[in-house]
Amino acid sequence: MAFDYEKFIRPGKLPHIWCPGCGHGIVMKGLIRAMDTLNLVKEETAIVSGIGCASRLPGYIDCCTLHTAHGRAAAFATGVKMAKPEMNVILVGGDGDGTAIGGNHFIHACRRNINMTYIILNNYIYGMTGGQFSPCTPTGHKASTTPYGNPDPGFDIAKLAIGAGASFVARGTAFHANQIDKLITEAIQHKGFSVVEILDDCPTTYGRRNKYKSVIEMMNRLKEVAVPVKAAEKMTAEQLQGKVLTGVLHKVERPEYCEEYAKVIERAGGNK
Amino acid sequence: MSKKVGFLQGNEAAAHGALYAGCKFFAGYPITPSTEVSEVLSIELPKIGGKFIQMEDEIGAMAALLGGALAGQKALTSTSGPGLSLKQELIGYGCIAEIPCVVYNVMRGGPSTGMPTGPSQSDVMCAKWGTHGDHATIALMPASVQETYDMIVRAFNLAEKYRMPVHVLPDEIVAHMRERIEFREPGELEIIDRTAPSVPPSEYKPYDTKFGDVPPLAAFGSGYKFHVTGLNKLPDGFPTTKAEYVQAEEERQVRKVTANIDEIVEFEEFMLDDAEICVVAYGSTSRSARYAVNEAREQGIKVGMFRIKTFWPFPDKQIKALADKVKGFIVPEMNLGMCSLEIERCAQGKAQILGINRVDGEPINPEQILEKMKEVK
Repeated sequence: MAFDYEKFIRPGKLPHIWCPGCGHGIVMKGLIRAMDTLNLVKEETAIVSGIGCASRLPGYIDCCTLHTAHGRAAAFATGVKMAKPEMNVILVGGDGDGTAIGGNHFIHACRRNINMTYIILNNYIYGMTGGQFSPCTPTGHKASTTPYGNPDPGFDIAKLAIGAGASFVARGTAFHANQIDKLITEAIQHKGFSVVEILDDCPTTYGRRNKYKSVIEMMNRLKEVAVPVKAAEKMTAEQLQGKVLTGVLHKVERPEYCEEYAKVIERAGGNK
Repeated sequence: MSKKVGFLQGNEAAAHGALYAGCKFFAGYPITPSTEVSEVLSIELPKIGGKFIQMEDEIGAMAALLGGALAGQKALTSTSGPGLSLKQELIGYGCIAEIPCVVYNVMRGGPSTGMPTGPSQSDVMCAKWGTHGDHATIALMPASVQETYDMIVRAFNLAEKYRMPVHVLPDEIVAHMRERIEFREPGELEIIDRTAPSVPPSEYKPYDTKFGDVPPLAAFGSGYKFHVTGLNKLPDGFPTTKAEYVQAEEERQVRKVTANIDEIVEFEEFMLDDAEICVVAYGSTSRSARYAVNEAREQGIKVGMFRIKTFWPFPDKQIKALADKVKGFIVPEMNLGMCSLEIERCAQGKAQILGINRVDGEPINPEQILEKMKEVK
């Protein structure tokens, strides 16, 4: 299938700010393919982000786009969605933005199960500020603020989202480019709060500090660690050591927040 | 037809004033002593198809407020000192992105948790200077329950007209006291809605200054698509670091208030015609001041009151004129001298300035103000 990228790219806003070798552009293309597949109406679609490299993505997409403050995308987006439940609301951001400074809004958006899709580009680092460790930086790895190795354990974003109540959780990688749009498409179609974590690379601030000799090496790592959920069913715990499950990890039906609030309005007599 | 009346708390009146103004969206977080606003709106908003959301924290409430406002709703949040501190970054976002909304902040003791149930007037500087960077501020100071209702309506009007967050700053006494109020009839008070774009979506720029210092604002989901950011931006909403644009934008965002200061600033002059002493007061403190002025007049003391209704922008012109006329200002306030600083700035040494400052959770009483009048030389 041929995709209409031009339709969704904002005229005159490219080139993007991302470094050569960064996977964010791959994810953006995946998002556009999903939007094209679903034939989303641009005027009826809001793309909301926080602060960071990934959060610059909405500026390149020709929709209602809202580049908010650090960590606050989910809370701004909740306001937009509550005010206009008929809009498609898609959130984009990085691992630091979403799980550190924005962690509270993230888990509560999951809990409410409000019908929005949150795409988290997890490159394990704060890239825009120069490579400080994030809640997703693996233990022992180096960042500009963990020169002796990171003592912190990292978050598993997908488990966090499932635990907090998101009704759809998927994971892909920037290497598996053709899977990204399928995951995002299914996430947008799902009614409720959907989270798509995309494991990504940051050669500039993460790779070079952690002995990755090239972008290709970083991409190959994503290829090697990813195990599709179906394949994992046939693997032993030993075989799964150090691997990361990809695909749709969690999908349940649960009451959606805006629909539940519509019932509140009905009970209060406000729909007369 | 007789008017509908009520015996309401300031906080309850604020909620009803917001509904009168056309508020359809509330996002908040529980905090003493402002919680009644959210409790009333959680009942009333769904009755009219409006949206009420209690967010996970104060910051989230401010964010949801801005999101709802961008999606076209008249939006309110209520909070108190610690919440105002937490909301500051996003109040700045509302300033730079020019998103109309109303922040109702009940002033209690501080800093930090302070005295959550005690009255205070110590957030006036926080409202003005709490968020970083240059920006204009509008802050209104109600002194009665009726005025709280009316000022919330005015706050929405100013927010919509000037495309910015507007503060309403009752002290805890005004917020929690009960008084008779009249609910306004439809059409009795002016209601202002933000200016919608007159150009088709293809030509729309959210910060297009060819329409003046307050460019029209489209709503998300109304057929217009545009970009909003907290970065310094071009007229089309996209980020820029070009010096000439940034300078002009920052100046415009302040100018939209300073150029309209006479329209925005409201005040009350009480017995000031022949006054040699001027009590400058606001909020519940002005009620003690009015009592003291009446008492003093009976004793033959030439004193009057200037009641601040709009704290920001500050009534510079009026205070400057009074400084040429009176011997001294008495400034009672439930903080350690915040309004006094502004009076000093305006008076430029031309009149004596005597503060009465209480931060012990007790109101300033008329006797204290009467006593202070003896010190004016």
